[in-house]
Amino acid sequence: MTALLTILVLVFIAIAIWQMVKIFDLAQVGTSNSQVATDKDNTLNGYLMMGFLAFIYIITIWSFVELGDLPLMSNSASEHGPEIDNLMMISMALIFVVQTITQFLLHYFAYKYKGEKGKKALFFADNNTLEFIWTVIPVIVLAGLIIYGLFTWSAIMNVNEDDDPLIVELYAQQFNWKARYGGADNTLGKANVRLIDIDRANVLGLDEADPNAQDDVITSELHLPVGRTVLFKMRSQDVLHSAYMPHFRAQMNCVPGMITQFGFTPTVTTADMRQNPDMIDKVANINSIRVEKSKKLIAKGEDALERYDFDYLLICNKICGTSHYNMQMKIIVETQEEYDAWMKEQKAFKNSLIN
Amino acid sequence: MSAHADTHDHEAHEEHHHKETFVTKYIFSQDHKMIAKQYLITGTIMGVIGVIMSLMFRMQIAWPEEPNVIFEALLGKWAPGGVMDADIYLALVTIHGTIMVFFVLTAGLSGTFSNLLIPLQIGARDMASGFLNMVSYWLFFVSSVIMLISLFVEAGPAAAGWTIYPPLSALPMAQGGSGMGMTLWLVSMAIFIASSLLGSLNYVVTVINLRTKGMSMTRLPLTIWAFFVTAIIGIVSFPVLLSAALLLIMDRSFGTSFFLSDIFIQGEVLHYQGGSPVLFEHLFWFLGHPEVYIVILPAMGLVSEIMATNSRKPIFGYRAMIASILAIAFLSTIVWGHHMFISGMNPFLGSVFTFTTLLIAIPSAVKAFNWITTIWKGNIQMNPAMLFSIGFVSTFITGGLTGIILGDSALDINVHDTYFVIAHFHLVMGISALYGMFAGIYHWYPKMFGRMLNKNLGYIHFWITAICAYGVFFPMHFIGMAGLPRRYYTNSNFPLFDDLANTNVIITVFALIGGAVQVIYLYNFFSSMFFGKKAEKNPWRATTLEWTTEVKHIHGNWAGDIPHVYRWSYDYSKPGHDVDFVPQNVPLKEGEEELQH
Repeated sequence: MTALLTILVLVFIAIAIWQMVKIFDLAQVGTSNSQVATDKDNTLNGYLMMGFLAFIYIITIWSFVELGDLPLMSNSASEHGPEIDNLMMISMALIFVVQTITQFLLHYFAYKYKGEKGKKALFFADNNTLEFIWTVIPVIVLAGLIIYGLFTWSAIMNVNEDDDPLIVELYAQQFNWKARYGGADNTLGKANVRLIDIDRANVLGLDEADPNAQDDVITSELHLPVGRTVLFKMRSQDVLHSAYMPHFRAQMNCVPGMITQFGFTPTVTTADMRQNPDMIDKVANINSIRVEKSKKLIAKGEDALERYDFDYLLICNKICGTSHYNMQMKIIVETQEEYDAWMKEQKAFKNSLIN
Repeated sequence: MSAHADTHDHEAHEEHHHKETFVTKYIFSQDHKMIAKQYLITGTIMGVIGVIMSLMFRMQIAWPEEPNVIFEALLGKWAPGGVMDADIYLALVTIHGTIMVFFVLTAGLSGTFSNLLIPLQIGARDMASGFLNMVSYWLFFVSSVIMLISLFVEAGPAAAGWTIYPPLSALPMAQGGSGMGMTLWLVSMAIFIASSLLGSLNYVVTVINLRTKGMSMTRLPLTIWAFFVTAIIGIVSFPVLLSAALLLIMDRSFGTSFFLSDIFIQGEVLHYQGGSPVLFEHLFWFLGHPEVYIVILPAMGLVSEIMATNSRKPIFGYRAMIASILAIAFLSTIVWGHHMFISGMNPFLGSVFTFTTLLIAIPSAVKAFNWITTIWKGNIQMNPAMLFSIGFVSTFITGGLTGIILGDSALDINVHDTYFVIAHFHLVMGISALYGMFAGIYHWYPKMFGRMLNKNLGYIHFWITAICAYGVFFPMHFIGMAGLPRRYYTNSNFPLFDDLANTNVIITVFALIGGAVQVIYLYNFFSSMFFGKKAEKNPWRATTLEWTTEVKHIHGNWAGDIPHVYRWSYDYSKPGHDVDFVPQNVPLKEGEEELQH
């Protein structure tokens, strides 16, 4: 019944708008018979063009001031992060300049050359010099961006395995993450989803006969020692997922049937990041928002929200089904000692099996 | 097909005209002008549905916890108590994307204007094959109906995103929508592709063979160049999507393993072995990327034409415009990999695609500068079509510039699949192409329906839409840079993103206003059909051939002989003439030189 009423209300709103438009439409009869722009229309819309230019500038400035100073943009926590941020800043600056100038020209010309009866436009059909200029300038600028971009890209994607990176498997399934460490030998044992044996708690399908698999450690929290390069090997057991770690400027899809990889070096521990002034501001802001929200919840008789404390996150960023919106894993970057102590508490694969 | 042959003989034409029944005139029509209107109205209906879907999921993002009576009313069992179900959220974004990209901006835009303008502007009595043209429309109609039927299946419509990546789209146990809903989606798209191919072949053949005397390729209006090249891109790339869809159907229904391998789901290992989802991504984007140019090139063509007419100036750099259309078309087929930088493909391949992708910025920049120069020192007539054209250039620049970031593989790592991408492509191909479509409708409405649209309603429509479009998509870049992933039913599981919630509310409010304003346009569109001011033969004082036909439509377009063409289509404000436009069918005056364009 409510459904029917709501649909009726929506239809009535649409009809109301329709009727208002109709009244507006009928009210104009006699004022102007022509449906082709007159000089008056040209003038009015010319001014509106300038107004719209101002609107574009205002929304740009507002966005940068209110939304632009995102700690996520300026505080990367990986070695290659500043490289990406730098390239991003250069690209943004370039875009900002080009955007400001071209929007100005477009809207200003629309205003300046608004039509008047009797005026004649300039017959100007072609100019090779101009075409040459605005072909060559983008070529030069883009050449610079492409070269910079490609160097950054290949530096990020080519992890040197001779540096003895920490090998960690990220394992995705609907809708959670697991991490697998290679153990003392830093070598992952062989695995395939066909070997999964839920009854024996072999949830990642490790080859129980593989000697490398015996000391593997499977966790549902990702701990990383600061300053050590880590090379992620990614697997998925069901559908596509994407391992997105925004603070580390890292992302790679997890593809069933193949192993993908991405490597980076974390540079800031979770504890240090929590002390970062920008981050303190951000967290304080978020908590004040949460307090406001909690008040409303309590009024409705629900539980208040928990206080937020900053943590790095691994989040799924490729549509993967119903609970895609809540597929996350906490990442903790810590000192080597803390990491070693944590690792010691974890169970090796051979000890975690149920016989 | 004798009826078709008749159309080339204007003496037999009158007799043919009288034989038309209601069915042959309005339903199974082979007249390109009627088919154009059929495309437009079907596209409009699909567009309304697609926009309503987007408003629903925008409300869900802005107010995730609150029950909404509108959800309860429109979604029924998918919103018990007014709380939207997570699966239907994904279905809404999936079907919204599919409808807007294919049914509105491909069929609705290109189908309408290619059909309307190709014969009229090149001086032909109809398309090369009126019959194929009719079949093309009716296949499109059938595929639209199937897509809408898929909304009502038991387990829900397709919900794997409009890119339908397997395995999610292949396995009914992975997602409710991957059952019957996905089957219907694939069937609908296969029929859609057949429709699109028939249309495209017809456009190409018509442009090559049926130009009137004197209409050389370098005298063609840019609209025709755009439609012609668009049709070629469609012919090259749509069959690849068809093969991807067929292989996916095989995987789903016949147990093959083209895209699937090593899958353990819901406690069991599936038999699939040796396939790769990445292969599907390659096949999908081999169409998927050219597709955005299939959407935007016709809009560019329309805008070029409208800008020249309303600036009372020749389009600046006619040859450069054609060259850049060709360059964009060529490059569009070798950049698909920029959707896959982090798909697990070889990083070296990523470098190659970064290179080719950023090259597209060059012809795009040339076009933007040429449009700006076209209005420079013009005598700009601010008709609604012109406003939408200027709006097109504005959003095309704003949206296009961020392509420099997304096309750069290193930067894409961190903004891939975030709201940054949504902002980018909605501005550069969604809003821009819609503006192109609106511009085309306002400009050629008199040609289609013999009546004028109300200009004041057009002004209100444009200005509110323009503000809302920026209000929706500009802030979206920033929540994307903050790392917010797309296709999240709610962000409340991530306190990290709590400070973006207010921005999401602002965006949704702009979206709701922008959506509501389209009612003004719909009113204008439908009521002007019957009550609008009667149109003159050439209301915009334009040079192209369609304005030499009578207002009343006749099968065969020109009652007498087809006019001959003596000049290019942009002789506006040419020195030595009293009026500020010289139609293409006016012979050169003695001593007048044709511009060596």
